[in-house]
Amino acid sequence: MNRARLVRIIGTYGVLIALAALVLFGFLRYDRFLSFYNVMTLLRYNSMFALVALGMCFVIMTGGIDLSVGSVAALGSVASALASPYGIVPGLTAGIGAGLVAGLINAILVTRANLMPFIATLATMQAASGSALLLAGNQTVSVSYESGFTAIGQGNLWTFPIPAAIAVVAYLIGSLVLNYTGTGRAVLAIGGGEDASRLMGLRTDRVKFLVYVASGGLAGLAGVILASQFGAGQPIEGVGWELFAIAAVVVGGTLLTGGSGSVVTTLAGVLLLGILFNVLNFENGMGWLSLSAYWQSVIRGLFLLAVVLLQARLTRRRLGAL
Amino acid sequence: MTGLPRSYADRDAIARSFDLFGFLSRYGTVIALVLLVAFNLAFTRNFATMQTLNVNLTQVCTIVIVAVGMTLVIATGGIDLSVGSLMAISGALAPMIFMGKILPIGSIYLGVAAAMIVSVLVAGLLGLFNGWLVARFRIQPIVATLVLFIAGRGIAQVMTNGNLQTFRVPEFQWIGLARPLDIPAQVIIMAVIVAAAAWALRKTLFGRCILAVGGNEKASELAGIAVSKIKIAVYGISGLCAGLAGLIVIAINSSSDANLVGLGMELDAIAAVAVGGTLLSGGKATIIGSLLGALTIQLVRYTLLANGVPDAAALVVKAGIIALAVWLQQQHRG
Repeated sequence: MNRARLVRIIGTYGVLIALAALVLFGFLRYDRFLSFYNVMTLLRYNSMFALVALGMCFVIMTGGIDLSVGSVAALGSVASALASPYGIVPGLTAGIGAGLVAGLINAILVTRANLMPFIATLATMQAASGSALLLAGNQTVSVSYESGFTAIGQGNLWTFPIPAAIAVVAYLIGSLVLNYTGTGRAVLAIGGGEDASRLMGLRTDRVKFLVYVASGGLAGLAGVILASQFGAGQPIEGVGWELFAIAAVVVGGTLLTGGSGSVVTTLAGVLLLGILFNVLNFENGMGWLSLSAYWQSVIRGLFLLAVVLLQARLTRRRLGAL
Repeated sequence: MTGLPRSYADRDAIARSFDLFGFLSRYGTVIALVLLVAFNLAFTRNFATMQTLNVNLTQVCTIVIVAVGMTLVIATGGIDLSVGSLMAISGALAPMIFMGKILPIGSIYLGVAAAMIVSVLVAGLLGLFNGWLVARFRIQPIVATLVLFIAGRGIAQVMTNGNLQTFRVPEFQWIGLARPLDIPAQVIIMAVIVAAAAWALRKTLFGRCILAVGGNEKASELAGIAVSKIKIAVYGISGLCAGLAGLIVIAINSSSDANLVGLGMELDAIAAVAVGGTLLSGGKATIIGSLLGALTIQLVRYTLLANGVPDAAALVVKAGIIALAVWLQQQHRG
């Protein structure tokens, strides 16, 4: 009995424990790890991934997947860069709007045409990538520095990075929606059993529709931050973001089969993968070992492997306990 | 997939009327291919030449080879996202061996032979690792192969330190450049692999077991099929195919760039399989379909490019075709 509880606690809070352990390790080992500058830079950079992972988390909880987020973010960055001379609001609107359109297409393909999410979003991924290149004319589009657009990615709210603040707000909303609204509960119900949910009277298609549109919008917002932070709309950026987001969601303990998951642990998953890279940089800086930047993907992969293996054991034991 | 079963009367009515969707889903890829060729014959200059054929075939070869392995994996109800990264690994490993960076080999022929065999086998072993994760730990295929998708390219980059390896070794590059009987060598390799896989899937016990596992895993297990072994085997084969495709790519380029070899290949291969008519949920698969699917996608791209449409727009059209093809197949099933 005690053991079953322990297993459940590890399953739920494992990622938080790992995150805390990693932060503690970094704090004890490196002088400037918890310095203001390092923490803020980390948060600013990872806010884009956090937004994409949030949308992905909701999609995955319904039992679907959204492979298009990376190229939709690229499309959003190009659209917002093109609109950036007109100011912050047009830039934001263009980027998020482009994302919403892509999300809408995903939603229609999945709920109306009944395509498998994997294939539908794979198609949208290519279409978004092509559209981004067309819009941008096959090159990066520099943003306007006069209109104040760059504040979205580079600015601070008092001393807190604006993109990180946006991500925090998004996660708060996401958490409230998931835990305290009918739509949120329906997301989990659909992931648990779609046919059963429909027979119970849940409007499954409408919920799935919303989830894909939201994922597109969040990816578009991530694109706005990308353009604003690096001063350019980048049509070929975003390659592999979808898989990073999936990895973050999985590391966060959300099952890819849908039906269970948590917004907070997804954020922890994003931070964990981000900090892992940060730690690697510090380790290199200490001079004890020199691992090239290429090691980061190897280490991320190994980390994902460890988490997945652990999850497989835990879920099997949980099933065994029932 | 999610709809409730229709009544039998409904089904009969559909069967009696002319089943347009059924017809399209069965022969859609072939029709599309024929239409594309007809369009090109009418509008694209210099289309009916050996050169056009060779250009298209050589470009589509690696996708087809990877798609063959992918078809088998998908037939069991799985998916393999790691193929592009495995291509990068075999592409990075082979030059290191035949250029003697790992250990000096006296004879270039021996070196090339070792390079080819070892790098394809390494990719195959990594494929087995994928299968082991899927079969032994019951990890979802998309997550299990995501591990090597992420780590695999990193491994290739670490092996080469991210550097470009260039070489001029005709003894090796025949695999991508030789033209026996005026047919590119990789086209012959592709044809052999496609033929062998199509035969194996249809006529051998192994092939029938693959389809059985994809159709109903529990029932296959109860019927005495070694489900785990079948699964591990298909991922291994997918790895071997990816490894071979990696060699062909670097042979054509006379160089190996771990950052680029096989980038995005998993999606191209999956698209080819889906357009070709293999069910992504498993249980029904066609190797020839995947070949036709890859050819269709390639020919669409060629048609658009040859008629002055930019590559980026071709991507959008390709996306539309993938969605349409899969949608048509689903109408047939529903």
